[in-house]
Amino acid sequence: MGRFSGFGVTLKQMFKPRVTGDYPTTKRPKPDRFHGRHVLNRYEDGMEKCIGCELCAGVCPAKCIYVRGADNPPDAPVSPGERYGFVYEINYLRCIHCDMCVEACPTEAITESKLFEFSFENRADAIYTKAELLVDDEGRARRQPWELWLGDEDDRTSGWMRATSPAGDADYEGRVNWSGELGFGVRDPEQGQSA
Amino acid sequence: MNALLAAGDPLLDGRIDLTVVLIVIGKTVAIFAFLLVAVMFYVWFMRKVIADMQNRVGPDTAGPWGLLQTLADGIKLFFKEQSVPDTADRRVFFLAPYISLMTAFLAFAIIPIGGKVSIAGHWTYIQLADLPIGILFLLMMSGLGLYGVMLAGWASGSKYPLLGSVRASAQLLSYEAAFGLAIVGVLLQTRTLSTRAIAEQQSWTGITSLGRWYVIPAFIAFVIYIISAVAETNHPPFDLVEAEQELVGGFHTEYTGIRFAIFFLAEFMNLITMSAIAVTLFLGGPSGPSLGFLSADNPVNTWLMPIFWFVAKLLALLFGTVWIRASLPRLRYDQLMDLGWKWLIELAFLWIMVSGTIIVGRDQGWNLFLVVPATVLGAVAVLGLLRLSMPKRSEFVEEMR
Repeated sequence: MGRFSGFGVTLKQMFKPRVTGDYPTTKRPKPDRFHGRHVLNRYEDGMEKCIGCELCAGVCPAKCIYVRGADNPPDAPVSPGERYGFVYEINYLRCIHCDMCVEACPTEAITESKLFEFSFENRADAIYTKAELLVDDEGRARRQPWELWLGDEDDRTSGWMRATSPAGDADYEGRVNWSGELGFGVRDPEQGQSA
Repeated sequence: MNALLAAGDPLLDGRIDLTVVLIVIGKTVAIFAFLLVAVMFYVWFMRKVIADMQNRVGPDTAGPWGLLQTLADGIKLFFKEQSVPDTADRRVFFLAPYISLMTAFLAFAIIPIGGKVSIAGHWTYIQLADLPIGILFLLMMSGLGLYGVMLAGWASGSKYPLLGSVRASAQLLSYEAAFGLAIVGVLLQTRTLSTRAIAEQQSWTGITSLGRWYVIPAFIAFVIYIISAVAETNHPPFDLVEAEQELVGGFHTEYTGIRFAIFFLAEFMNLITMSAIAVTLFLGGPSGPSLGFLSADNPVNTWLMPIFWFVAKLLALLFGTVWIRASLPRLRYDQLMDLGWKWLIELAFLWIMVSGTIIVGRDQGWNLFLVVPATVLGAVAVLGLLRLSMPKRSEFVEEMR
């Protein structure tokens, strides 16, 4: 009955669990290092981490980042150092989410969340300005109306960074080397690679 | 004239007054609505079951469990732009979908959906029309429905629709033969063309009436019917008419918007009608056990239970079509023709011979223990001779060179 065995296969599959999910209402958990939409982080005291050095813009292979630095006003500084990111724009029509800006950033100001569901209605919406990228007072990403945020997609935006030594020194594994973030403090490192 | 009408339905027995006209109109609207809702539900059912068979979820957003998905699709298609090719024969192009739709609607009119009920003092059947030529009417309508497909392809003025409609004509004509012969195979035993009378011959009197359902005495006719009905409705695995890989969309390539939807509506309606006819002819129509703890003339028993049994049987058959759709790959064109001409038609003829001989033998009081094996042997011998006389594929290919 070779040519009729297909009937058995299809009937058997009816009683197996579904492999697809309820996508728009629930999303699958994403890996810690997922490259999604960027956020600009702040320190625990609310100061911005970005120092306007333009390393991210320089390393960006898609040339989608535009940064202009400015001197901090002495009476009301925006960031702890000498300069701050005066203009910060990312064009998501060009961004390829390679994460090189994140690796280049000396202060861990720019990191990536796990959100990739954008649906812009015009080109202006696709260019995120600092007002949209900068985290809010709880340290969470500001949710734009055309983005679909669900669950913990903005929870662990930066915890995995530099948890291991770039030189491969095993002693550095799991050692936290970064500064605290607004709303989260010092984030736990990613689970060790040897574990 | 009145006597002829009354033969079908007690409603038209006496004087025809306003109530009777209203009842007939009500039944018409009800059947119309039933068919539309049935198509809507069937499309949802098909997508859900196939999704289950492929470990997917299927439509689940529009309405509870995605029930309104088909409605949403229909509304969307209503608002879509409708384009007409420059080379199209406009009048025929506009007419063709409606031919398909109309014949699909009309064919369903003869299906007995429920039993005899009383509405406002009038007795009537839950059936739109019980024509004395019932089954012939079905053949007529499925033959006419072919024109919708054929004219659509021809009037599009484009090559893929034309190829699709030529395929459609060849396929439907071939399978119309097997389909008609399969029906003859069971009509020999029913001895009537009226669908109501056929359903009543299989009415429920206890578990033994299962043996009177024609699926048992005419099993071979049932199998041939199912295969050729699936082919008649261009359902997979016989959907060569709209084989995307070869013909883009087949006959409806140039159709857009609601006219495109009408073709699909008609196709699914035909499928439901064919299944409903199979239920009527072979599975006892609306007959089935009624609820014993209620009296026989309780509305639940007279109205609900026959409709319940009819719909349950229909659903079982429709599940079968979905199962076939999910399981079998499309046939090649020569395989399609082989199956139709070399197997189904032959088998149907032989089945008519065998069952005809048995029926005549029973009437004439022949010894059935001799007659049955003799006719079966004779049929097998004829089949063997026929198959021997057919050229082998290798010889055929040799000749072609």
